[in-house]
Amino acid sequence: MATEAHGEEAPGLVFHPLDQFIVKPLFGGEHVGLFTITNVTLWLALAVAAIAALFVLGTRGRAIVPSRTQSIAEVLYGFTYKMVEDVAGKDAIKFFPYIFTLFMFILASNFLGLLPMSFATTSHFAVTGVLALAVFFTVTIIGFVKNGAGFLSLFWVSSAPMALRPILAIIELISYFVRPVSHSIRLGGNIMAGHAVIKVFAGFAGLAAISPIAVLSITAIYGLEVLVAGVQAYVFTILTVVYLKDALHPAH
Amino acid sequence: MEGNIAELGQYIGAGLAGIGSGAAAIGVGHVAGNFLAGALRNPSAAAGQTATLFIGIAFAEALGIFSFLVALLLMFAV
Repeated sequence: MATEAHGEEAPGLVFHPLDQFIVKPLFGGEHVGLFTITNVTLWLALAVAAIAALFVLGTRGRAIVPSRTQSIAEVLYGFTYKMVEDVAGKDAIKFFPYIFTLFMFILASNFLGLLPMSFATTSHFAVTGVLALAVFFTVTIIGFVKNGAGFLSLFWVSSAPMALRPILAIIELISYFVRPVSHSIRLGGNIMAGHAVIKVFAGFAGLAAISPIAVLSITAIYGLEVLVAGVQAYVFTILTVVYLKDALHPAH
Repeated sequence: MEGNIAELGQYIGAGLAGIGSGAAAIGVGHVAGNFLAGALRNPSAAAGQTATLFIGIAFAEALGIFSFLVALLLMFAV
């Protein structure tokens, strides 16, 4: 199917735009099993290593006047801390490590995926789906542990007229269970679409007549993708915080 | 010019799903434009609402991404 999608009339398009997302084993062979080391494994590990390096090396000096690396670490920490405090309130601070881990992991994965010849791990719904499902189950469990059956008042909109409440409850229930789907697809779809668009323009660059325009477009879209990588990490995190706020204070 | 009627349907469906991306663009523009209109009337209150802005944009954008996903599924997965 993939090979017949582009016809003879596009000689520049010698590769398929979605070929970059193929999961390949790193050490030979074709079979991808449960524990095979693939390029996804490599780039996930590199993301974790990059975060560890930033925070361990950056904060090693503990200088009063921070070095550049330490400033980056401090800015990211302070930014996330303020976001959790502002959106979800003081009592959500004890979940801050989880939120910060999510934010840093997605941010690092997105930016590492933008390096040429790298692999965008967050473009795979398997990766984002696991992150979103983890958030969904965590938040649901926190909600029931903190509020007991009172958590169900999240679905019972007490500000609406009595006749509307059962209908609204059904809508709220559906929207609650669609959360992990939209949460994961928003991140994965954005990253995948951006990378595919860059590849499509890279295909146009092979045609001599339009190659200058194509290269300029790639540069412009690349700049946009750097922005999208940051914004999507932020959006994923802030939605997690909003869901957390719903779990801690379910009353409408 | 022989072809499979199912493939024809796939391509037409993928093209129709692309309309959803345009609709999401209208939605995101609406959110951002209204935010800017409000922010220019009361700039001192704008800084505290950027989180709300991004949440609104994210919700509007998600549906466009869904339609993009439907198009991709029709092209490559069905």
